[in-house]
Amino acid sequence: MNNVHIKYRISKSTGFQVLTVVLAFACVVPLIFILVYILKAGLTKINWHFLTNLPKPVGEAGGGIANALLGSIIIITVASVIAIPFGILCGIYLSENKKSRLAYWSGLCIDVLQGVPSIVIGIVAYFWLVKPLGGFSAISGSVALAIMMLPTIVRSTEETLKLLPDTIREAAFALGMPFHRVILKVIVPCGISGILSGVMLSVARIAGETAPLLFTAFGNPYLSTNILKPMQSLPLLIFNYATSPYNDWHDLAWGASCILLIWVLLLNIITKLMTRKWKVQL
Amino acid sequence: MESTANSDLITRPDSMLGRVISSAKIRDAVKGIKRIKRSHRQIRTENVFKRSLTIIALLTVVLVFGIMLTLIWQSMMSIKTSGLGFLWGKTWDPVRDIFGTYPFMLGTLLTSFLALFISIPFSFAVGIFLGEYYPKGWVSNLLKNTVELIAAVPSVIYGFWGLAVLVPIVRSFESLIGVAPVGLGIFTSSLILSVMIIPYAASLGRSMIQMVPSNLKEAAYSLGATRWEVIRSVILPYTKSGLFAGILLSLGRALGETMAVTMVIGNTSLIPHSIFAPGNTMASVIANEFTEADHPVYLSALIELGLVLFLVTVVINMIGKRLIKRFTTD
Repeated sequence: MNNVHIKYRISKSTGFQVLTVVLAFACVVPLIFILVYILKAGLTKINWHFLTNLPKPVGEAGGGIANALLGSIIIITVASVIAIPFGILCGIYLSENKKSRLAYWSGLCIDVLQGVPSIVIGIVAYFWLVKPLGGFSAISGSVALAIMMLPTIVRSTEETLKLLPDTIREAAFALGMPFHRVILKVIVPCGISGILSGVMLSVARIAGETAPLLFTAFGNPYLSTNILKPMQSLPLLIFNYATSPYNDWHDLAWGASCILLIWVLLLNIITKLMTRKWKVQL
Repeated sequence: MESTANSDLITRPDSMLGRVISSAKIRDAVKGIKRIKRSHRQIRTENVFKRSLTIIALLTVVLVFGIMLTLIWQSMMSIKTSGLGFLWGKTWDPVRDIFGTYPFMLGTLLTSFLALFISIPFSFAVGIFLGEYYPKGWVSNLLKNTVELIAAVPSVIYGFWGLAVLVPIVRSFESLIGVAPVGLGIFTSSLILSVMIIPYAASLGRSMIQMVPSNLKEAAYSLGATRWEVIRSVILPYTKSGLFAGILLSLGRALGETMAVTMVIGNTSLIPHSIFAPGNTMASVIANEFTEADHPVYLSALIELGLVLFLVTVVINMIGKRLIKRFTTD
């Protein structure tokens, strides 16, 4: 009787373990399905012509996504230029002044920012930039994306710098270095691996963002390099063409999805490798 | 500018004293003055640097309050005209200026909670698998990284895949069980959302479960508990608040998710009568109608939706973060 009970308990335990393993690996299945499907549908569409030409109007086969590719690169670059210095400096402030009241509020605001839905940031960018400038523009999209990049950069900078031993800082001060040189020449170089990983991660995170660009960069069927005018970007192109009823446009969207997916996954994997090589905790 | 100042300093003591000073002494004096000047400049730069750090930290606070004030300011018109009826009015008819958001609230809650319901067993399984059963080894490392990649895939790609693959599957499933085979709808968007939010609860659950002190687990084992009994009566009660925080963070994601949902939910402003019916969420309404809003009240109503979304997600995220902080500092 007792023996039976113990066997029952052991088999229950084993059963739960099997269930856990099955469920855990079941999570991976949809991801693999999506990856395989998109690579299969998209890779055949990608060729030199696809990368260097503009989309053709409905009814004409062929055409490419040059405008979206260029637009994405420009918008993300401008967003990075805005967000990276801002984010790193804010992270430095948070790690240097752990106890001040401003640091508490600033940290709280960064937490809030991390949870704000991307579409809300799109709305705000619309009122801050699109309306005053009098029209949709790539720069407003960049600002919206920069706001979304901030929390990741700030937090990774702060966490990395907090982990550095105080002795480094004290040694630098003891040599008579002024504060800004201690930070810029000693502290930041020591933590550069963590900061860079955070930057890469934030770029990967915004590369596929669509919602904040809907009312800011808006999209543009032509090639444009003027950041004060509407600009196409990969996620916008995918959204617009995927929801259209035309098969030619669907093909373009599959190719664009494939490129976007490879881009984003590569960024993520490189970040992973970087963090592992440098043993960074993010 | 600096060199002229220096030459002044060199000539002046000469003329005043009226005698020749050895050039070595002059050089020393110039060096000293230069050093003092440099340290003055460095102190100034130091102060400027410190001040600009403070200003940047202040700017983040200004940014968040600016976002909130912009939303409140721009939705004032809608708050004045619709009042509290905005939240439970059952019709959304921009042409007649009737803005009731009950259908969208219902759509948002249905999709989010359904997605949460589907995803929780999976994300907890990942958390327990990585935190307790196999914390090391290449298999668990691969699983951990793969699960994290789920969060990296852009939502517009989830939406496109859902539109092309999931919608036909759901459609045939719907005709099998005898509901109108639309394919697009709340059920489809919940499925996609549930995949998208797995990583958030999973990675948090893993780190929480790894933090359970091993002497608690060993005490239970020494009393003769099986692995499952240890998990159920030691690990889960100990990590309760952390796991709950993971659920909250997932929920916050699900509520604010826009693109994937917009593409597969069907976009109607009618009240959804079943989970297979098409509908709309707050985020998808904004995404669809914002650029089409042709009069100020309409636009303002959409912004008020954004404000509600903002407040709800912020509150949920703050509670989640608080719980994590309390758990990790204990």
